[in-house]
Amino acid sequence: MTDMEFKEKLNKLEHIINEHKNQQGALMPVLHETQELFGYLPEEAQKRISEVLDISMAEIYGVATFYSRFTLKPRGKYTIGVCLGTACYVKNSQGIIDKIKKEIKVGAGETTDDGLFTLEATRCIGCCGLAPVMTIGEDVYGKIAPEDVVDILKKYQA
Amino acid sequence: MEMYRSHVMICRGTGCTSSNSEQIVKNFEELIKKHGLDNEVVVERTGCFGLCALGPIVIIYPEASFYSLVKPEDVEEIVNEHLIKGRVVKRLLYAETVENDTIKSIDEVDFYKKQVRVALRNCGVINPENIDEYIAFDGYKALEKVLTSMTPAEVIDTIKRSGLKGRGGGGFPTGTKWEFAAKSQADQKYVLCNADEGDPGAFMDRSVLEGDPHAVIEAMTIAAFAIGASQGYVYVRAEYPIAVKRLAIAISQAREYGLLGQNIMDTGFNFDLEIRLGAGAFVCGEETALIASIEGERGMPRPRPPFPAVKGLFGKPTLLNNVETYANITQIINNGAEWFASMGTEKSKGTKVFALGGKINNTGLVEIPMGTTMREVIFEIGGGIPNGKKYKAAQTGGPSGGCIPMEHIDVPIDYDNLIALGSMMGSGGLIVMDEDNCMVDIARFFLDFTVDESCGKCTPCREGTKRMLEILDRIVEGKGKDGDIERLESLANNIKNSALCGLGQTAPNPVLSTLKYFRDEYEAHINEKRCPAGVCQGLAKYTIIADKCKGCGICAKQCPVTAISGKAKTPYLIANDKCAKCGVCLEKCPFGAIIKA
Repeated sequence: MTDMEFKEKLNKLEHIINEHKNQQGALMPVLHETQELFGYLPEEAQKRISEVLDISMAEIYGVATFYSRFTLKPRGKYTIGVCLGTACYVKNSQGIIDKIKKEIKVGAGETTDDGLFTLEATRCIGCCGLAPVMTIGEDVYGKIAPEDVVDILKKYQA
Repeated sequence: MEMYRSHVMICRGTGCTSSNSEQIVKNFEELIKKHGLDNEVVVERTGCFGLCALGPIVIIYPEASFYSLVKPEDVEEIVNEHLIKGRVVKRLLYAETVENDTIKSIDEVDFYKKQVRVALRNCGVINPENIDEYIAFDGYKALEKVLTSMTPAEVIDTIKRSGLKGRGGGGFPTGTKWEFAAKSQADQKYVLCNADEGDPGAFMDRSVLEGDPHAVIEAMTIAAFAIGASQGYVYVRAEYPIAVKRLAIAISQAREYGLLGQNIMDTGFNFDLEIRLGAGAFVCGEETALIASIEGERGMPRPRPPFPAVKGLFGKPTLLNNVETYANITQIINNGAEWFASMGTEKSKGTKVFALGGKINNTGLVEIPMGTTMREVIFEIGGGIPNGKKYKAAQTGGPSGGCIPMEHIDVPIDYDNLIALGSMMGSGGLIVMDEDNCMVDIARFFLDFTVDESCGKCTPCREGTKRMLEILDRIVEGKGKDGDIERLESLANNIKNSALCGLGQTAPNPVLSTLKYFRDEYEAHINEKRCPAGVCQGLAKYTIIADKCKGCGICAKQCPVTAISGKAKTPYLIANDKCAKCGVCLEKCPFGAIIKA
């Protein structure tokens, strides 16, 4: 994101905050939309939210770090989500995430040095019929085995 | 509404969508247009049919041909044969519906035969993005009846007499809950819907929201009338984008039709709804934590009393039910409390939706009358265990529940029976495990989950579950000590008795239940340093079969800790004291000469 783009997004943020300003319990919806806009919750954005909604930075930090969906750091281009819900776990999704960790050399919750992938161990995404499941961005890969991982990742590394 | 000779129903639930059912929709629409059939055949995107294992699923009416595992490239054949020539494409039909060359109705196959669909009645039947279809299936009839011919007290009495209990897990009588909220006096009350379906492996609430969102809206409006509320919130997981989208569409259509907002159906009754997104915190399924989250705070539970019915959202009296509970309400109003109470067991009335997952053939969603046995669900409806493996246990109630072993498989499912077995109904996740699953590992998995999701407010849950996890980690790594089982039991009982909320109080259940039925597996891990199912890496033992080893030396070269030695062309050996149990040797051996035990 260039400085220009960042500034533009900060302008958009003003609209988001103002739209929710008078709503009861506005913080969560504002954080959701902010994260959608920037891809994460930059400190500058948190400061603006704090000023307009009159909520302390400490409280915003508390909320932002409590919920696993919010992130304070920029993420990779693609987020790999490996479902570790029960249905996937009993069908060896642990083996899949272990294999990915080996392949891209990052742990769960981390981003690769080239900024391509962020690896997440996710909660149940609700398509247990396809277990074990992994997602890359919007793409869903179901009924996979650890051996399939390399070929799937290749599609995104080109 | 337009009339069509054929309806092509394509599942756009999360499971089928993940297997590309949107492309199937597009192909159908394109080909139907190309053949000039768009005035005769209509394509509908529906909610979940339940049989997720065989998705994507396409059903064509009026024949009710049930096509399964359909690929985008199959569409042309279905259009040419079925829609143009009227010849069903047998090769793509769900195999169970074809018997001796004749085609059975879908209601006759094992998966559907024993099901009774109340909460799921419209899923897969209507297009959830079209309110007219919902109305055509008696939608908003219950609301009309309530607003024009019943008093709030009569509504509550009907729900009470139906015997409906909360489907989110606790099983508290719904009518009583409504009564409490109705009795509280306040200028403002709220009606909430808990759609923060966090139990890993349960997805019925998602399916209802995706397949029949108006059923929830209508029921919440009825609840609002009964308790005297004017504002409602649906708290739904952000991980369910399709459900959120359909619910948003449904809310705006309901407003347009005057079924939400001011002066509903010209009766002077006002009620409106807002969607609030969760952000990935399991504890927000607990009612007071969910309320805190809607208020914009960290989702931490609050001590009860005061109960939400007295002091809930923004300090006002609040009624909270889960999605599946609401999905039953309109049917109870339309068909009567007696109809609902005629299904089920003495103390658990109606039906329950279960999400079948894990080692079972027919993974998917099923709705059965209470009192159906676990055996019927797993072996008849669910089609048994794949690959000829042996059933070991089924986990119900997710991280708050426990497992049901073979010896109790004939127990009729209801709230009390499951609790007596040391498990619980929960929200309806039912994960089947076979002989290849290690029960200690499963217990560790659930504890890992609760440690991660514990909000940190009360000490028993924050510290206690962590200590339990440390002990379990030790056991699966082969470092279990004498007395570990007793330590686990004592910690578990203390946490159960002293944690603040439901999450903490039930967190030890998976450990207690596996200890109750599979104590021998724990003992094998601790005393014999052996994992009977061969799952726990730390206890694995790798051996080279001398007869199969050609002495190529690949394993020795790959071994990161030089635990393998030998001379070329003679069988190699693994030194177990050095082995790091990484499994590379087994993976790399070209002759399959290495085994793990």
